[in-house]
Amino acid sequence: MSIMIILIGISLLLAIGFLTAFIWSVKSGQLDDDYTPSVRILFDDFEKKEEQKMEAITSTEIK
Amino acid sequence: MTKTSTISQTTSCYHCGDNCEIVLHFDSQSFCCVGCRSVYQLLSQNNLCSYYDIEKTPGVTQRNPVLSNVYAYLDDEKVAKQLLNYKDEKIAKVIFFIPTMHCSSCIWLLEHLYKLNPNISNAKVQFMKKELHLSYNSQNTSLREIVTLLSNIGYEPAINLNSLEKQVKKDDNKKLSYQIGVAGFCFGNIMLISFPEYFGLDSFTQSAFSKLFGYINLILSIPVFLFSAQDYFISAWRGIRRKFISIEVPLALGIFIMFARSCYEVISGHGIGWFDTHAGLVFFLLIGKWFQQKTFDTLSFERDYKSYFPVAVGVVKDNNEMTVPVTSLAIGDRIIIRNNELIPADAILLKGDANVDFSFVTGESEPVAKVLGEIIYAGGRQKGATIELEVCKKVSQSYLTQLWNNDAFAKGRQSQIESFQQMVSRYFTIALLMIAFGSAIYWLFVNPVLALNAFTAVLIIACPCALALSSPFALGTAMRILGRNKFYIKAPNVVEQLAHMDTLVFDKTGTLTQATASNISFHGNDLSFEQKQLVASVVAQSIHPLSQKIKSHLQINRSLLIDSFEEVTGKGMMAEVDGHQVQIGSRHWVLEIKTKEEKLNHLATQVYISIDHEVIGYFELQQAYRVGLAKVLSSLRKTYHEYLLSGDNDKEKKELMKFFSQENHLHFNQSPSNKLDFIVSLQKHNSKVIMLGDGLNDAGALKAANIGISVTENTAYFSPASDVIMDVSMFEKLPSFLQFSKNTLKVIHASFVISLIYNIIGLSLAVQGTLSPLFAAILMPVSSITVIAFTTITTTLLAKKRGLQ
Repeated sequence: MSIMIILIGISLLLAIGFLTAFIWSVKSGQLDDDYTPSVRILFDDFEKKEEQKMEAITSTEIK
Repeated sequence: MTKTSTISQTTSCYHCGDNCEIVLHFDSQSFCCVGCRSVYQLLSQNNLCSYYDIEKTPGVTQRNPVLSNVYAYLDDEKVAKQLLNYKDEKIAKVIFFIPTMHCSSCIWLLEHLYKLNPNISNAKVQFMKKELHLSYNSQNTSLREIVTLLSNIGYEPAINLNSLEKQVKKDDNKKLSYQIGVAGFCFGNIMLISFPEYFGLDSFTQSAFSKLFGYINLILSIPVFLFSAQDYFISAWRGIRRKFISIEVPLALGIFIMFARSCYEVISGHGIGWFDTHAGLVFFLLIGKWFQQKTFDTLSFERDYKSYFPVAVGVVKDNNEMTVPVTSLAIGDRIIIRNNELIPADAILLKGDANVDFSFVTGESEPVAKVLGEIIYAGGRQKGATIELEVCKKVSQSYLTQLWNNDAFAKGRQSQIESFQQMVSRYFTIALLMIAFGSAIYWLFVNPVLALNAFTAVLIIACPCALALSSPFALGTAMRILGRNKFYIKAPNVVEQLAHMDTLVFDKTGTLTQATASNISFHGNDLSFEQKQLVASVVAQSIHPLSQKIKSHLQINRSLLIDSFEEVTGKGMMAEVDGHQVQIGSRHWVLEIKTKEEKLNHLATQVYISIDHEVIGYFELQQAYRVGLAKVLSSLRKTYHEYLLSGDNDKEKKELMKFFSQENHLHFNQSPSNKLDFIVSLQKHNSKVIMLGDGLNDAGALKAANIGISVTENTAYFSPASDVIMDVSMFEKLPSFLQFSKNTLKVIHASFVISLIYNIIGLSLAVQGTLSPLFAAILMPVSSITVIAFTTITTTLLAKKRGLQ
């Protein structure tokens, strides 16, 4: 049954790992703002489209 | 002609969406002003036109462009240092608060600032806080350039040099997150380790594991006890030291007993204790606290930026004077401050003799003389002739609000009515402790196993939080709603006080009556231009409503230089202008009549003019009673005693009798000190008095009254003695405001009943010892949330019913 002790030790270590991850995320400010990132993620698509448009224009100009 | 006008009505600006009066074209888009067009040009040159695709017309109108030299002060090292969060040779970091940020296009543009200024290396928006976090290369660009760029594209940051407070608050929020994290971690693991116990696996509990698990739980509980729960202990201890049993005491006691008892059990080998309950309780308490804080933050956000009271100030532009809200004052603006007006911003004296009373700031009421070119700090009050100043620092609204809330204007203790919450929480904790100890003692004799369970369950389930929360939430919501209706309240508890009042005292001139410019006539020989100029220069010094009316009647903008000026409250003013002695004021005062005289004409006020000791005539101002006065007074008569105090003689008595039912409630010829004494004598007869006045010659009465409401036409006159500032246009709604405050108090009572019912049910279960403390810990935040939701929603609904927005 001594395997139990090792298992508990491992599970605790894992949990401590998650706790440190949480503390790190608070420290680095990930929880400060929960709205803007949801908007920001949509801009990426937008910019790609813009770039494609620009490329299309420049390529037609070259032709 | 008609064609162009229809076009201009329907064309809206591509940038800001406003209707265009003059249409400007660029790139086949239309713009309302040069400012909007130049923002578009700037953005299109830099391929930033996506700004216009994310949301329609996302811009902010640029019709009032900012001058480029306004931000010169940002080049000052000291100023910059206060604003910057971090700076070394290469990089600097700064956080701006940008009030105009309002949509996702704003986020997009602000985060692409590097396209407009390549020295900006990182720009991040925190939308809910309206903050922009910037890092930039400090060698190649300056703070001033960045701020100018931001204002050019319509996102002028609000620069407030006293923003140190915020930093502290942020750290507080983080600490709570850590506490929740730690408590959650320990709670989960303790539960995991307690599994054998939950399933009643006796083989484990009797084995060596039982002891080991007990110790692991103990170790895991220590951070919960010492770190996560520390705030409860600290605030309970603070309360006890001040000989006050705060609502944290039962909680702290419950947590402590549970921890100590569990430790004893584990160490003595009796059992494995209640560590899971202990950690779970702290965890759920903290979650509840976090929720409260979040709601409170949104409330305070709205309070800071929306329901502040307005203050306006006269600004000179191109030789014309106009009234501008202080918040839009810019550096370099020239402002006019009259006798008794408050200086809203740090400014340099340009013209006139400044004699400034800094009693709001320093408490010292002796006025200080200032010389030309000297800086006068915000918060001083000018005594004497009009002065002209140039603003050298932006106004901070919060600073003025702070002034209003200054202790110097706090009401004396005796005029305060104990708030409902104070009264309740005094008895609540004591009763709760008695029940807890009572049930513990009972179970010790009957069934000792249940004693601790019952004791802790009682302490935990009894929810003082619901009580503590209902008042601030209901009052805060009410204050916000009233503020939106131009009824600006100094502090939340004023709403509650308002509900207890039973007497209304009105000042006459400016409160019940209004003079309109069209009803002014001059009696006497016609004034020459020179005489008019003399009179206009003198009345321009005063902020008395009559002076203002005469000034706008004369329509002379250029003032002569005033050599000396003195205003006698309730009488008039004396001045020396351009070598002439000018005296303007009441008949008695100017004509130096000692005896009482016959009345001339009711409902009119005369303002006599004498130049070089020769009376040249008088202005007659027809007073009109406010629209809806009769209705307001008759609807208030049912619940309030109404009194009238007037500084004028009793010639209007007959007219006023129509509005007021009892003759002995009308008092005439009242000096400011008479008014004050009258209020005090009413209070001696146990009346709770609301005084409504214009705050000019009744400041003392406003302050002495339980609630002072200053009714102002032009909110420039900042009267900190009052508890409420009401815009005159809202006079008709006065009964609704008062009724609404009563409703709010009812909401608080109702939510108290709800939490009481909840407490009774919870306690009756808890004293039986069958309720698990963990279940109690979950129920508690749920009840808090119910109470918060109930108060906020009902208050808003009641306001709608009263016709308030």
